[in-house]
Amino acid sequence: MRRVLELAGPIALVAATAAIASGISSAHQLEFETALVMVAIVVALYVFVGNSGVISFGHASFVAAGAYLAGLVTLDPETKNFTTPGLFHVLLHAQIGLVPSLALAAAVGAAYAIVVGLPLMRLSGLPAGIATFAVLGITYDVLSYWGKIGPGVQTLSGVPEASSWSIAAGVVIVIVAAYAYQRSRFGRMLRATREDPAAARASGISIYRQRLLAFALSGALAGLAGGLYVHQLGIITPELFYLDLTFVTLAMLVFGGMGSLWGAVVGALAISALNSFLGDAENTVDVGFHLTLPNGTRLVTVGAVMALVLILKPSGLTGGREFGRWRR
Amino acid sequence: MLAAVNWGQAIADAIALGALYGLVAVGIGLVFGVLRLVNFAYGELITAGAYVLAYTYGWPRPISILLCVGAVVALALAQELVAFRPLRRGGATPATMLVATFAVSFLLQAIYLLAFGSRGQIVGTLGRLNSAFTVDGVDIRWILLVTVVTGLVLLGATAAVLERTSVGLHIRAAATDFRTSRLLGVRANRVIMLSFVISGVLAAAVSVLYTVSNPLVQPTMGVPITIFALVGVVVGGMDRLWSAALGGFAVGLVYGLFSDVMSSTSSVYLPAVVYGLVIVVLLLRPAGLFGAWRSAQVERV
Repeated sequence: MRRVLELAGPIALVAATAAIASGISSAHQLEFETALVMVAIVVALYVFVGNSGVISFGHASFVAAGAYLAGLVTLDPETKNFTTPGLFHVLLHAQIGLVPSLALAAAVGAAYAIVVGLPLMRLSGLPAGIATFAVLGITYDVLSYWGKIGPGVQTLSGVPEASSWSIAAGVVIVIVAAYAYQRSRFGRMLRATREDPAAARASGISIYRQRLLAFALSGALAGLAGGLYVHQLGIITPELFYLDLTFVTLAMLVFGGMGSLWGAVVGALAISALNSFLGDAENTVDVGFHLTLPNGTRLVTVGAVMALVLILKPSGLTGGREFGRWRR
Repeated sequence: MLAAVNWGQAIADAIALGALYGLVAVGIGLVFGVLRLVNFAYGELITAGAYVLAYTYGWPRPISILLCVGAVVALALAQELVAFRPLRRGGATPATMLVATFAVSFLLQAIYLLAFGSRGQIVGTLGRLNSAFTVDGVDIRWILLVTVVTGLVLLGATAAVLERTSVGLHIRAAATDFRTSRLLGVRANRVIMLSFVISGVLAAAVSVLYTVSNPLVQPTMGVPITIFALVGVVVGGMDRLWSAALGGFAVGLVYGLFSDVMSSTSSVYLPAVVYGLVIVVLLLRPAGLFGAWRSAQVERV
């Protein structure tokens, strides 16, 4: 029963968000869909960071890889000939459907994560954090200037957009994969290395191999999430996948509680909700009375709430527990 | 492709940048040494100092600079008292602490945006130092000399405090083994406050020096400075201050040299090249270029 609950809780939340998104005005629809995509990115991040205890600043790179590929291969070739004629031949002429493009996004995310992870998973602690940060910096720099793989610093629009329900379906796939991994022996082995590296090694667990496996899976899910992101926004531009996304998703994970899948989902939805509500309130919102906040309060409040929750409850809103497991 | 290069000029410019990043690296490294805390909100101290300079433009320069130092030190102490100390009391893990410093950085940037706007302010306090004199065909701006000298003096002063005073001894003891030093009577909070004060003074110095060459102050001004200095700290080796300083200097020097040497078409990939070098260094020497040769695993965050 408990096992069912652990998976049902997050999925129910995602379904509820999608139901609201598909039934409201288009301005708010965008906010709910963005929240769904954030859930996917944060859960992907959780698969590696939550289970291994090693912080990665590089996951926005895998999201970017998935988003760029999924976006470019679904764009109309005629548009691309006009807007980005310098693309690689394959990218310029390809045009495939939504589902295959998401599969490609997951594949490129995994491939990139494996290439990066093979050398980097030997590191731990702060050097690992800085090295993954360097990967983010390289990705951003190359995406900003290399015309063969994208629009450079420009924004490319016109990527086909997906419905709220298809985005939610993608998010559920990410959640189920993350859950299946954490219940598997590989997930357990990685968590053992997080709790006590020496004891885990003594039990015959290769920390390097387990981390690499999680990193690859996490990269695949992040790539898939990137594909969802590009089909939700309809645009491609490097600025979307840099510092802001990195910090916001990490903060969501820690805010919700980085020790559990439930925490990742709750953190992503809570910060998204707060962000959207305050954004609306800056243009007057009706909460029984008309509330209008001055411009700029959104960022200050979100920052203050994130800092406060971390100070008052360092283990996050959920305390690192799964849905349905309220007692210690 | 290499452009025609005036090597003397390139080296002179790069040294100034290196000295600046060296200072930032020491500011970050000092607090890291005592608390094992990577303060990502350090750059926002520098930004705060720059705003003070911008808003006190036209006042007598010494007063403007003193106010800058005072404000930055106060903000550094506020970060510790309001955010980091309660976090430590709450038993936060290093990962949580790191993300918390991001949140503080994010919050301060949002406050700057709300208070000072996004358009940016101009600092003119020491603008005259941009004038140059010529030695052997190399234009040397006065700010270069001032930066290098100030950097050396401040590093020397920091080293003197750490090596020659009893409270410096306490800081070094706390940096070596925090728990044992407390048992031996080191007053933890005093040591921590003092290291925040010193790192605040260093940040204020960077505000003054940095804004001579880059006079535009914006809410996010401190972010790239923090990132490059942090990279320098880790590349140099974070277990000692001089290795952190050298690492910061090296990153600034390499960046400055490459930006002069690479042609404009390839120089857009300069950050990628520098980050690539960082990864190579970390893989070969996880404890840093100048870190201890012993293979002690640095497992701190």
